[in-house]
Amino acid sequence: MKSTMRKLLLTAAIAATPLLAATQAAAEGEKYILVSHAPDSDSWWNTVKNGIALAGEQMDVTVEYRNPPTGDLADMARIIEQAAASQPDGIITTLSDYDVLKGPIMAAVDSGVDVIIMNTGTPEQAAEVGALMYVGQPEYDAGLAAGKRAARDGIESFLCVNHYISSPSSAERCQGFADGLGVDLGNQMIDAGQDPAEIKNRVLAYLSANPKTDAILTLGPTSADPTLLALNENGMAGAIYFGTFDLGEEIIKGIKAGVINWGIDQQPFLQAYLPVVVMTNYHRYGVLPGNNINSGPGFVTADGLEKVEEFAGEYR
Amino acid sequence: MSDVSSGDERIKEMSKVRKALMRPELGGIVGTVAVFVFFGLFAFDSGMFNAQGIMNWSVVSAQFMIIAVGACLLMISGEFDLSVGSMIGFAGMMIAIFGVTLGWPMWIAILVTFVICVAFGALNGYIVVKTGLPSFIVTLATLFILRGFTIFIPQTIERKTIIGGIREAAEGDWLAPLFGAKIGAPIFNWLGDMGIIATFERGNRMGEPVVDGIPMLMVWALGLVIFGHWLLTRTRFGNWIFASGGDADAARNSGVPVNAVKIQMFMFTAFCATVFAVCQVMEFGSAGADRGLLKEFEAIIAVVIGGALLTGGYGSVIGAALGALIFGVVQQGLFFAGVESSLFRVFLGVILLAAVILNTYIRRIITGER
Repeated sequence: MKSTMRKLLLTAAIAATPLLAATQAAAEGEKYILVSHAPDSDSWWNTVKNGIALAGEQMDVTVEYRNPPTGDLADMARIIEQAAASQPDGIITTLSDYDVLKGPIMAAVDSGVDVIIMNTGTPEQAAEVGALMYVGQPEYDAGLAAGKRAARDGIESFLCVNHYISSPSSAERCQGFADGLGVDLGNQMIDAGQDPAEIKNRVLAYLSANPKTDAILTLGPTSADPTLLALNENGMAGAIYFGTFDLGEEIIKGIKAGVINWGIDQQPFLQAYLPVVVMTNYHRYGVLPGNNINSGPGFVTADGLEKVEEFAGEYR
Repeated sequence: MSDVSSGDERIKEMSKVRKALMRPELGGIVGTVAVFVFFGLFAFDSGMFNAQGIMNWSVVSAQFMIIAVGACLLMISGEFDLSVGSMIGFAGMMIAIFGVTLGWPMWIAILVTFVICVAFGALNGYIVVKTGLPSFIVTLATLFILRGFTIFIPQTIERKTIIGGIREAAEGDWLAPLFGAKIGAPIFNWLGDMGIIATFERGNRMGEPVVDGIPMLMVWALGLVIFGHWLLTRTRFGNWIFASGGDADAARNSGVPVNAVKIQMFMFTAFCATVFAVCQVMEFGSAGADRGLLKEFEAIIAVVIGGALLTGGYGSVIGAALGALIFGVVQQGLFFAGVESSLFRVFLGVILLAAVILNTYIRRIITGER
């Protein structure tokens, strides 16, 4: 029995060694940790991972990526506490629920770790928790801008396919869009879930129950890709006004084919890349930009898609 | 071995070593030592064992412990509860609705939430006992029902899925500190002053220790473990729990109120989930519709690492608590050790599997069961 135990332990230790060595060998320069709120299933964050990998390589620093596997924000608070305890030079984090995350973030700032807020949250909240700056796209404003654009195109009703209903920033995008159109959000936002088949069928069901819907707004590849399939299936592709947040391979194809009218690029690459660069320069030379950085919104339409297409899902 | 000739194995004398090895928590103890040795070697200077780091994995372990105690007793009595995670989300949301949206005093909100959730637990138990359906299926239904309400109710009332302001609403309340406060602040202040633990370097908390007290969450965890262990090993009711899970018919025939025992265990599991939820909303100040996702499996995993049998009738609360500790230390420790984040689940799975195989192996050798 004893030898079995020893074998098991040895196997575990040996299996772990190369991985541990690999991650620690790179730790020459400063060490930064990026904490996101996204569940493992959200593929959009791949761009963020590529962004920090590139920035880490160029600046010669170590950047680790961490997230709560199920997207549970209470777990995310623990991850931030853990990140602070491991004493990195800086933490880059999203601020998707101010109430939950402000305690851990403020404690990290007070214990001497510099923090930059990226992606979700507002510039005001970032200042409130003592972060150096905010890098991202203010969600409500982006939704509002998109809504106004759609209103100019003659849209009066819409369906918001929300695949991440538990995150307040997702609902803000839909709310902003409704306000931009000048209509009440009401029941026009559906909880689509994360599963592609479920999303597709919920969109189909909504559209057959509400055939007079003018427009569809999706909140990212997770909801946009199945929605594209749904529209191909019920023949509304190209006929219905379709706007989406964020980009991905299928979305680019959709824009090219004329099924999607526009995509809002918040340029997540910049949200991951810039904080690493800013923080490294701050720690090495003491220089810091005087303002928050807005990485978006930029509307991507059928014009000038080439570069976007080449790097969609990787750096775009 | 003097009484072998009498032929009754129940009064057979056993060597102390063999007796010690037969304890269900043996696997948990071995695992705990192994895990600490492992992270001591690979993550010692990563901050995992400074004050902040210890607090970090202790709190996570304590969270697992709270739900593992309930799941453990329920599993020993022969049933499962898959609605634990949904119950956590639901309980937190109820407190937010009652205490913030409706503006009730926080202590009423907490008590009413406990009543509702324990009632759901009783309903789970009642349906299982009356219909004879597997608890797996019944509580799977509850999982969806509760999660659905947790999203629907705030979405309908407040048009959002996260309700904040709980901390502010709980200020000055007499019951809320029982779940959300921290104790032992003077000791930690002293430790900070002595330079034994680090202090904040800047901000309005400058000079205060980075760990300023033991959260009530941990006190609840220890309290529930001690209560559960006492109940299971020192009382007649504890024997009933084992009997109900071991062989329900035999237990019934010898006069054990099996149905009542099972229903009460479902209620206790719901109680533990609610304690978890109340501590969480008091600490974070908001309730969200996604809280507690997959926590039911984490509770069951902790219990199984701790040596309990999925089929019931065998297990230990101390083992479950050690299972929760292992789970918490591994989960947070992998971050400290700097393991590539996408490999995190692979590691977790391997370690869980190793722990369970080890447990089964030890038990077979020791008890001679095939």
